[in-house]
Order: sequence, then C-alpha cells, then structure tokens
Amino acid sequence: MKKNDTNLLVKGNEAIALGAVAAGCECYFAYPITPQSEIPELLSESLVEVGGTFVQAESEIAAANMLLGATACGKRAMTSSSSPGIALKQEAISYMAGSQLPGVIVNICRGGPGLGSIDPSQGDYYQTTRGGGHGDYRTLTLAPASCQEAYDLTIRAFDLAFLYRNPVVVLGDAILGQMKEPIKNWKERVVLDGKGLDWSLSGARNREPRLLKSLYLSDGALAGHNRKLQEKYQAMRKECDWEEYRTQDAELIVVAFGSMGRIAKSAVRKLREKNEKVGLFRPISLYPFPEAPLDRLAAQGKGFLTLENNAGQMVDDVRLAIRRHADSGLHCVLPGHLANPDDLLGPIEEAMPAKAG
Amino acid sequence: MYQDVIIAGFGGQGVMLIGNLLAYAAMDQGLECTFMPVYGVEMRGGTANCTVVLSDEEIGSPIVYSPKSLIVMNQPSVDKFQPRLAIGGVLVANTSIIDPGILEQKRLRTFSVPANSIADKLGTAKMANMVMLGAWLEATGCLALESAQGALDRVFSKQNSRLIPLNEKALKQGAEYVRGV
Repeated sequence: MKKNDTNLLVKGNEAIALGAVAAGCECYFAYPITPQSEIPELLSESLVEVGGTFVQAESEIAAANMLLGATACGKRAMTSSSSPGIALKQEAISYMAGSQLPGVIVNICRGGPGLGSIDPSQGDYYQTTRGGGHGDYRTLTLAPASCQEAYDLTIRAFDLAFLYRNPVVVLGDAILGQMKEPIKNWKERVVLDGKGLDWSLSGARNREPRLLKSLYLSDGALAGHNRKLQEKYQAMRKECDWEEYRTQDAELIVVAFGSMGRIAKSAVRKLREKNEKVGLFRPISLYPFPEAPLDRLAAQGKGFLTLENNAGQMVDDVRLAIRRHADSGLHCVLPGHLANPDDLLGPIEEAMPAKAG
Repeated sequence: MYQDVIIAGFGGQGVMLIGNLLAYAAMDQGLECTFMPVYGVEMRGGTANCTVVLSDEEIGSPIVYSPKSLIVMNQPSVDKFQPRLAIGGVLVANTSIIDPGILEQKRLRTFSVPANSIADKLGTAKMANMVMLGAWLEATGCLALESAQGALDRVFSKQNSRLIPLNEKALKQGAEYVRGV
C-alpha cells in the first residue's frame, strides 16, 4: 500500500484498520484468524507509524482483556477477530459492559458453529445483538456493507464507545473483509484532547482515587447499576441507522443487513426492471435495531421478507418491529453457500403480496 | 454502463493480479468498481477466481452468478463457469492450454486466444494473464487499453516496476490478437 495515496482500492479489512487509525486508535490487541488477518497485518505497521501500540497477544482471551485494561486507562483501543475468536472474547466484553468501558470490537464473521469454515456468514447476529456474554447488557452494533462504510463506521464506533462508555461491535463478514473497493472519503487522524475522561484510571496523584468495577454486592447496589445500564441502552436508541432503497411505492420490503443487504439490492434492481414493486430496508445499526422506520413501513400495509446468510436470526427483530401490522417471511442462505442476486429472485417474487395472497 | 467479469484459472497464473489491475483501471476512469477474490485452499496449482464489477452507478452485489463476461485461463474453469455465462456473453479463453472444442460458439461471443504462446514470444509465458486482459478489453470495449496500461504501476511493487513496459506490450498484443480475429 502506497503512502499518501488517497485514491486507493482497499479490502474491507484494510478499510477497518485505516478507519481505526483515523479514529485516533491508540492501542490494538489481537490474535490472527481468517478471514480478518489483514486488520492486524496492516495495523502492525500503520498504527505503530502514528505512535500507537500494536500487540499480537498470546490468545484471543488475552487480547480482549488487554482491551479492557487499555480502555480502563481511557485509551482509544480495539481488538478484532472472527466468530470462534469472538466467542472467546465474550467474558471480557461482559466485564467491559459491566464496568462501562469503551472498547471497540470487530467481528469479521465466518461460518459456524464450532470452527465452521472460512466462508462468509451472518451467524453471529444473535450473539452480537443480545450481548454475547453473561448478564443483562448490550453492545452497540454497526454492520457495514461496503469498504467506505467499513471505514466510516469504524470511526463512528470509537466515537459512540466513548459517548456511551460502552463496548461497540463492528460486524462484517468474509465478503466485506476480502472484497476491494475504492475509498473516496478519507479523514485525517483525530487529535485527542484528553477531555471527557473523568472516569478513567490515569494515576490518582492530587485527586481522589477512582474505581472501575462490575461487582456490586451490597443490598440494592446491583439493581441500581443495572437500572443505570438499561437507561443507557434506551438512550442509545437515537443512534438507529438504516438505508432505504425504493421503499416508497414498494408492496414488498426486503430486509437484509451487511453484505446480504447489498446482494439483495442487486436482486431488487433486477426485479424493478420487471416492474415488481419491491424495495430494500437495510439496517446499519443492528443494536439499536431500527424498529420505528420498519413499523412505519408496516403501517402502510407493505409485505416483508427477511433475507439472511444464517438460519434466521434478524427475522426475530423484524417481526418484533412490525408486529402491530404485519409478519415477515424468511429466506435463508445457509453459511457455506455464497449468496448471489440471481438465487434471491425466485424467493422474492414468491413473497410478493399479490402472489403470496 | 455496467460490466462484470469472472476471471478464473490456476493459482499462480496471475488471475488476481489482472483482476486488481482491471479494478484500478476502472477506478482511475472514475467508475465504481468491486473486486471479490475467491481462493481455493491451495495457493500455487490450486484454482483461483475473482469477480470484478464495473459501473457508472453504485454497485450492489460484488458477487455475480451469471456474469456478462468470462476470462478463463485453464480447462477446469471452463467446466465450472462457461455454463453460467449469460446468453450473448463474452468468453475469452486461453486456448494455449484449453481445448477449443469445448468452447461454446453459438450461445456466446467466444474469443480463443493462445495467450501462453503470445506471451512466450514476448519472453515469458508468465504474462499470459496480461494478454488475456488485453484481449478482454478489446472484446468488451468497456475500457480503453491505455487505462489498464496506465494502472500497471499500481499493482506492481517498486522492485518489479522494470517489468511494466513488457506487460504493457502483453496487454497490447492481446488486444491486437482479438482485433485481428
């Protein structure tokens, strides 16, 4: 990769790494795994060049706990992995949520369960949007569908993590990680001013000591802490983000996220050429899930079909969002199959309200 | 304008390199583009393919099942991808190592290019990939040959930049071969 070349074709993984550098990331900890290894590969150079710290940890668990430690010190920090590795990080993520620490976690999802495969998959939707580890917590989750979006949303992930003092997950898949696209909108590396860190462990000389913890044993303390966390998750609702494509006159709304969202977009375009009134709704924030706009579309009497590269996970959230007016059909491309637009045409046509009756 | 191509061959034939080159050439012309690699588990000797999509509008899927065009460098790639090529699609086949008898002629616009022999005459059969891309550019007419030649310095590292003039020539000879046909 050439330096100072602003007109670059980059992999999604590289876009995420460069996004982290632009976001002012100070520390990165990880253990390699396909299909995300370009992230550590690139950061081992690019992050060190700007004075950051790169550590290849001895395991995923160690990397996640290093992230916990660095964020406790108020550092902008990130880890990345793919599905089996992300499963190993869940204990630390739960502790970060409990201690309200702003870690950024990237999951370039691959086939599962178990070691699965290195193929694309969206099988970690439940894990990511329901917390993933133990206890009542949520991680803000952003799902990019292009390399530019991977870059932009990685930067946003750092901002949101510190705004809410909460772990934020960037959820991609092997398609996004491996594909190359131009990035047009580059940003300068953020200059950190050290403000808003009045909770961080920075050395207690000349001030009262601070304590970051997730253990609350005294009577009523944990309930109070949980209430505070739940209020925070409610406040996050204003971060809902989504894309709508030709939904206005659509009779059927296809709902799909990430790579599946853009593959579905091609299918929608092909069907529009055949005058099928179909549109696309692509959630960009998976938690918080964009319920309100889906409810609004459902209230207009539209039909719904959820498309996923898993056995059907996001469809639960779609159904909850539209439950007052409608239900959603489901078409799954199971991990291990590479989705393509042509294979989606039939299932979408069958779900058109006129045909589905 | 919309064009897509699957480029397929053995690992080591430079399939990914010309895919990247094509994407850079498109980007330099101000087009939208996506490059999607698919590797076998093996590297050299295994099969490899990539999909490149070029468009003057935002690109949806980077994955294409029935492409509008196909560059095949070896026989297994013909078996796998030829049946998926859209009707009237452009097939550019390396007939130095592919039996021309297995290529469909009626349904497709087929271009048989003896890429290894053309590249051999330039000094090395390693540049057969460039001959094939040059042939494809001429066959589809979707980008000027010069745009690919101009993007060579973006896919070759500095220590290999001395190879650029010869690769420019290989691209040109591929295009000229198709023009002659």
